[in-house]
Amino acid sequence: MRLVVEGGLVIDPSSRLEEARDVVIEDGKVVALATPGEVRVADQRLDARGRWVLPGLVDMHVHLREPGEEHKETVASGTHAAAAGGVTTVACMANTIPVNDNAAVTDYILRKAKSEGLVNVLPIGAVTRGLKGEELADLGELAEAGCIAYSDDGQPVMNSRLARNALEYARSFERLVISHCEDRNLTRGGAMNEGDLSVKLGLGGMPSVAEDVMVARDIALGAYTGARIHIAHLSTAGAVEMVRRAKRSGVQVTAEATPHHFTLTEEAVGDYDTHAKMNPPLRSRRDREALLAGLADGTIDAIATDHAPHDATCKHIEFGLAAFGVVGLETVLPLTLDLVRKGVLSRTRAVELLGLGASRALGIAKGTLAVGADADLAIVDPDLEWVFQVDRMRSKSRNSPFTGYKLRGRAVTTVVSGRVVHDTARTQAREG
Amino acid sequence: MPERATSPRPPTSQESLDFAIGEHHAPLLGKHLLGLEGLSREQIQGVLDVARRMKDVSERPVKKVPTLRGKTVVCLFHEASTRTRSSFEIAAKRLSADTINVGGSGSSTTKGETLLDTALNLEAMRPDAIVVRHSESGACNFLARQVECPVINAGDGAHEHPSQGLLDLFTMQERLGSLEGLKVAIVGDLLHSRVVRSNLYGLRALGAEVHLCGPGTLISPWFESYGARLHRRIEPAIEGADVIMMLRIQRERQGTSTIPSLREYERFFGLSPARVGLAKPDVIIMHPGPMNRGVEISPEVADGPYSVILDQVTNGVAVRMALLYLLVARGSDAPRG
Amino acid sequence: MTTKTAPRRRLPRGYRIARNLLGPAELDAALGAMASEIRSRNPEPDQVALIGIRRGGVHLANRLAKLLAVAGREPPVGIVDITLYRDDLDRVGPNPIVGSTEIPFEIEGITVVLVDDVLYTGRTVRAALDALLDYGRPRGVQLAVLVDRGHRELPIQPDYAGLREATRPTDQVEVLLAEEGGDDTAVLLEREVAATPGGAHA
Repeated sequence: MRLVVEGGLVIDPSSRLEEARDVVIEDGKVVALATPGEVRVADQRLDARGRWVLPGLVDMHVHLREPGEEHKETVASGTHAAAAGGVTTVACMANTIPVNDNAAVTDYILRKAKSEGLVNVLPIGAVTRGLKGEELADLGELAEAGCIAYSDDGQPVMNSRLARNALEYARSFERLVISHCEDRNLTRGGAMNEGDLSVKLGLGGMPSVAEDVMVARDIALGAYTGARIHIAHLSTAGAVEMVRRAKRSGVQVTAEATPHHFTLTEEAVGDYDTHAKMNPPLRSRRDREALLAGLADGTIDAIATDHAPHDATCKHIEFGLAAFGVVGLETVLPLTLDLVRKGVLSRTRAVELLGLGASRALGIAKGTLAVGADADLAIVDPDLEWVFQVDRMRSKSRNSPFTGYKLRGRAVTTVVSGRVVHDTARTQAREG
Repeated sequence: MPERATSPRPPTSQESLDFAIGEHHAPLLGKHLLGLEGLSREQIQGVLDVARRMKDVSERPVKKVPTLRGKTVVCLFHEASTRTRSSFEIAAKRLSADTINVGGSGSSTTKGETLLDTALNLEAMRPDAIVVRHSESGACNFLARQVECPVINAGDGAHEHPSQGLLDLFTMQERLGSLEGLKVAIVGDLLHSRVVRSNLYGLRALGAEVHLCGPGTLISPWFESYGARLHRRIEPAIEGADVIMMLRIQRERQGTSTIPSLREYERFFGLSPARVGLAKPDVIIMHPGPMNRGVEISPEVADGPYSVILDQVTNGVAVRMALLYLLVARGSDAPRG
Repeated sequence: MTTKTAPRRRLPRGYRIARNLLGPAELDAALGAMASEIRSRNPEPDQVALIGIRRGGVHLANRLAKLLAVAGREPPVGIVDITLYRDDLDRVGPNPIVGSTEIPFEIEGITVVLVDDVLYTGRTVRAALDALLDYGRPRGVQLAVLVDRGHRELPIQPDYAGLREATRPTDQVEVLLAEEGGDDTAVLLEREVAATPGGAHA
């Protein structure tokens, strides 16, 4: 079985390739990047002329909500949304019900992924049992069961001794520890970024310094232990600067940023819009600019969505009571391409942030179209204009702050291991 | 009522013509009253002028006018508040509206029903206004997007308390005349006070000089961006003041590291008779209530000659009558002619 | 070249003056006749008070009071604002301005003469009566109007009328008093026949 993706502009940051190529795929692997027109024989051809062919996106920060909150998202619906967004690999966070802090839950997720998942699903195990921040989960067992990394995401590991031990212990299994940096004592009662707007709206503030002090701690722990550490969803200028300096001084730290943090500011809260409520909160303009600089200069390694589906009962209520989080899998690509159009990122850098960066941090062989790599790719129409409408979403939940936004750029076809998992031409035909 | 939405019916009587032509003007307030933020001087003064007439009604032997006969006002209180609720209720009754109170123990609000469900259910009974008190900031903004009838904010979290702000302005004007250039000091937990926000907007709109004071843990530089002067000690804030407003300090703040103790608060931020001496000789002392006598305000000051605290309560009814009149007693806002 | 202190009342759009009902001298005479009738029906001058209905009746009440003065003593004059008593608040669009009611005397046991400029449907008078009775229980209430133009919708009749004039329901009657910048006339307005589209009708 030979699949050829023909005539597209292949952008592969792993080889700095940015040229028209035919991508030849056999048995789910890339076997050649041929000069267009060279390949005569194929079982299936995908016409990518006038489009970009990217390594499939790797989103290292996704909440699939299964098991436990299947009314918000499932492995099936979440991976469907991923495929629609050009995302071919998702790493899913441990805060399911029950928590993914043991092999049984990891197995369950992987079985679901195998039977119902459209894209690669890599579970992330909990750092502490029940995400309680009190004792370490069985990290070895989790690694053996298939967890790709560890994180208590949603909850910081407030106890510094435990945070240190997690870093030290995880090294035996060569797994990354992902830290949600938030000093809970400083954010208690908070609902949005602390600043003029939170005071005006009378909402509890979550000060940027609550993130800064924990990023500082985690970098210090990383430097002290020599372990690798990954900072989830950077949102403050202070944190970006600390990561930048730490990298320069040789600390093994990596970091991610979300499209909502680099696209929006706290102003989006507007008249108490709960779709602008997430943790970390949308920050100031200055913070957003710092994120853009960090994305451009390599301080930030990956763009991750923190895709956090919530139903109306959690979101269509008073702001202070609403759940934190927004969905993001279906909008990450156009929002990132927006930075290319604005000259913040080069094309190759953008594609690197969407896949290779996360793959390197996680230590997986994704985010590349090099010969021999898994044939995960996205065919992207970079200029396609479309309006993001919640009723067309693949995710089960609709909590996006980008509803009604006019977006530019879209994955028209998504391929996982040589198999087409998403194709807009077909979808549109079906939708009439 | 959908049939009214088509086109305004032509006036049939001399009266209607007279008013439509001679007194036509844009509605003073929008559909809802969610806060004083963004209201103009003219709008605020307009409400206060109507309140003046309403106070006349309250001072008559027959304290009732038929203005809102046949109208229903729902008071939806998700947070206990005897004072504000009864003030709105009396106001509605003096305008001959029917009132019902929802909230507190025994109502759906304690049975896990969401605010939205409660409001939609109440609205299905066709009230003419919903007066909402809620512990969450923005709850009224949220409801106003969901329901058809006017929503009047009776205090939402730490956001706004517009009727309180208006009654404070009314009381100040009644005692002092124009507020232009007057020094008004507000002291207390600014960060968590909806009263201070509404007062700040209103006082600035009417040209007063606003001085705010509280312990460092309960203030924010944001207030300065709205033209207030911020102080960390009470003395400079109240020095030479025409008005001193003391805010209630929540006992829960004690020990949560925002204030060390009520005793310490009283000592450094409480209004004692000696401190009153720093203000203008004819200063007026206000408090939105309920007071912690002996904490933010000493009993001698609260009950002393400068205190207008009970005037505030009286004026609250007049201001709320004005708001109900302005928001409920009107037809289609579509301009005529 | 006349300089008026008060602004002249605006003529409603889409209307034109059909004819003058009362000129300055006639208006004076009408008020004089009304005053003498009031005097003859109420022989005890200290038992009578005048209350003008805001806005059209206020100045007329003051003028009648001067005409009713006995040995320089005028009967007491008050003002009643009917806004909060109107039955058409739902229909008139944005809130009408609420004026003050000023009755600086006891109405208990005396005769109150309500004064207005034009009597039409009677609804204003109904509202004024309701408002008045919330201030006390007068011995009696009488109604004085400068122009009765007919078309009553309620069983209300004037006790004193300066002029009774047949009008069409579509007409308007305007009394333009000197106190408000007018020239002491009453005019009948009628709708312009060829109203510009969207002009005359609401």
